[in-house]
Amino acid sequence: MQKRTRTRLGLAIVAMLFATGTALAETPARTTETRTPGTSTADHSQFEILQQDFKTGPEVTAACLSCHTEADDQVRQSIHFTWEFEHPVTGQLLGKRHVINAFCGNVVGNEPRCTSCHAGYGWTDMHQPPPQQSAAVDCLICHDRSGGYTKLSTGAGHPPMSTKGETITGAPAKPVDLRSAALSVGLPGRENCGQCHFYGGGGDNVKHGDLSSALFDPPLSVDVHMSPDGQDFACSTCHVSEAHQWAGSRYAMHASDPEGTGLPGPRRAVATCQSCHDNAPHPMTLTGIKLNDHTDTVACQTCHIPEFARGGVATKMKWDWSTAGRLENGKPLSIGGYIQGDGEDRHTYLSTKGDFEWGENVVPYYAWFDGQMEYTTGDQTIDPTRVVEVNHFGGGPEDGQSRIWPFKRLIGRQAYDSVNDHLIYSQVWGPTTDTAFWTNFDWGKAIAAGMKAAGMPYSGQYGFVDTHFYWPITHMVAPATDALKCEDCHVENGRLGDIAGIYMPGTRPLGLANVLGLLILAASVAGVALHMGIRLLSRKVPHHD
Amino acid sequence: MTERVVRIFSRFERFWHWAQMVLIFALMLSGFRVSGLHDGLDFETAVTLHMVSALALIVLWAFSIFWHMTTGTWRHYIPTSKGLIAVARFYMWGIFKGERHPYRKAFWRKHNPLQALTYLMLKVLLFPAIWVTGLLYLGYSLWEDLPNSADLLWAIAGVHVIVAFMIAAFVIAHVYLLTVGPSFSEHVAPMITGFDKIDLTPEEEAYLEADEPDSLK
Repeated sequence: MQKRTRTRLGLAIVAMLFATGTALAETPARTTETRTPGTSTADHSQFEILQQDFKTGPEVTAACLSCHTEADDQVRQSIHFTWEFEHPVTGQLLGKRHVINAFCGNVVGNEPRCTSCHAGYGWTDMHQPPPQQSAAVDCLICHDRSGGYTKLSTGAGHPPMSTKGETITGAPAKPVDLRSAALSVGLPGRENCGQCHFYGGGGDNVKHGDLSSALFDPPLSVDVHMSPDGQDFACSTCHVSEAHQWAGSRYAMHASDPEGTGLPGPRRAVATCQSCHDNAPHPMTLTGIKLNDHTDTVACQTCHIPEFARGGVATKMKWDWSTAGRLENGKPLSIGGYIQGDGEDRHTYLSTKGDFEWGENVVPYYAWFDGQMEYTTGDQTIDPTRVVEVNHFGGGPEDGQSRIWPFKRLIGRQAYDSVNDHLIYSQVWGPTTDTAFWTNFDWGKAIAAGMKAAGMPYSGQYGFVDTHFYWPITHMVAPATDALKCEDCHVENGRLGDIAGIYMPGTRPLGLANVLGLLILAASVAGVALHMGIRLLSRKVPHHD
Repeated sequence: MTERVVRIFSRFERFWHWAQMVLIFALMLSGFRVSGLHDGLDFETAVTLHMVSALALIVLWAFSIFWHMTTGTWRHYIPTSKGLIAVARFYMWGIFKGERHPYRKAFWRKHNPLQALTYLMLKVLLFPAIWVTGLLYLGYSLWEDLPNSADLLWAIAGVHVIVAFMIAAFVIAHVYLLTVGPSFSEHVAPMITGFDKIDLTPEEEAYLEADEPDSLK
């Protein structure tokens, strides 16, 4: 009887071990309440000063500033307005005002077209800082809640006041009703941010890959945070702001966030996953504990954004400028042929821009990332025999802050100065000029004009060089059930097959240990087989008792 | 000396043996999955199964070590050279000639010297090796800040895997040796019923008859 009790005690302890895994519940993410219109203490539609038939955007801004006296100063110091960013780690002077990218290249020389997305009015010359008068700030592009306000695609930030031209999202222009826009103001919704950020690079989702018009009203499968069936977040729910300065930078990112949720109250300086979900977000089950172990190696995004450009809107994955300029009977070509998930036909060749390849539901490129982006600026010497990394980054397992991140990697081919080995600035837009590429299809003139505008030396000779351009992927978080499974990475030639500096079980079935082990096993089997063979051949029944 | 049918494997010892067998098979199945040698179950299930079985096995070992120490059963594993050569010679030669197994089981020596030595090596070398490397592996997050921790983990995992294969090799030989004898089932029976034919000294026989009659058939 005593023995039986002892056995039962042992069994009970084993059973307890099995049970502990499921006993503790999942910690929910700390959520900040979505700010919806209607929670404000002011109803702007009742403000007399806004009840005017405004003729221009700056007139509206002037009315806003009559109460919001500090807003213009705040906005003018933000990157949305300065387009300038001095990198705190590398010291590089970045921002749209300065960098060269692999899309339309550069802002300088193309001002009223590129500055159509500027959060201000009338920035027509990159050589000057953005207009400094108070009313040059565009309040409505972020705060219009009527849905009617937009910017003209070539108006240096001004809204369309006629039916001429098109808007920054490519829609036909129509006069904006500034009165109802002014009366509607509230906190920014995704419709505000999306007009510029979803259409960067000249079209829907061209640039980022994880920011597209699909996010205006996404199903849960596309974005758990932004879907009305999920959290229904505005952009600013994560990109928290203080005095019109927003958290979240692509130049100097938090590749990791050891502080997690921090002290009580929402943190105002970060837009990291961890600032809501903390660094141990998985439930305290055996699997959850193991997954939490991964958070010091892998960015949340790596597993939870298994593919980008989801929701039916494709992103540009290849852009070859070198084939641009081909004309048919003197007329520029526009060839479609890529039908994306939502049915829209995207260009695969444009005489103005060259050849493109598109991607949807794209498996990201993965790399160690320390959060600090460096750019190959126009003054740097490149090696044209190799792929030029237009932006690049460091990171590795040893620095403690890097994580393995997902990226969109745009494969580009773009012009460079073939004597000085510099990336070049070009003038693509300028309908009234003799130099702009989109008007005259002459690279020589377009580059000379662009280099002159940028104030850079130019040899007069150009060629084309292969480039890479990286976009960290951080939006379009999928439902947990769609997150990567262990075996997406823990397998031979898995998703992280090219990542160095970590040991990942399961990735090398024929690694040294397994091969040695299999040899030991084979020797054992062979020994037994040999022994059995001799026994059978000797045909003698041994007496063993 | 009288040959009697005596209970030599107690209830706990038999539970220990079979539970260990089940857990070791679970560990091998899941471990070989984790190291990429098959994909018969998904990785997450394999990792969970491996962790749960390993922790259960450690608990079982803790109990069995305690049991060996308190019951004195550990003495069965004291290595001896007496009869070792004869047994080794039997397996390498005599068995093919149809010779009789040279070892006679005794009440306090139920394993032959080669068997006892093998089990001892298993218990003092292979099991601790796989236990220590496994716990280091499991507790990686506690020491991952050491320099070259990824390489260290690679080495620890490598040793763990090689030792696992050595244990697998033992299992193969162990099961094979059950076929060396009149029949496989007769050879397995003692670990199920607890009873085996044992040479008892008159003193042992007298003691068992007087104090533990249930242990004799």
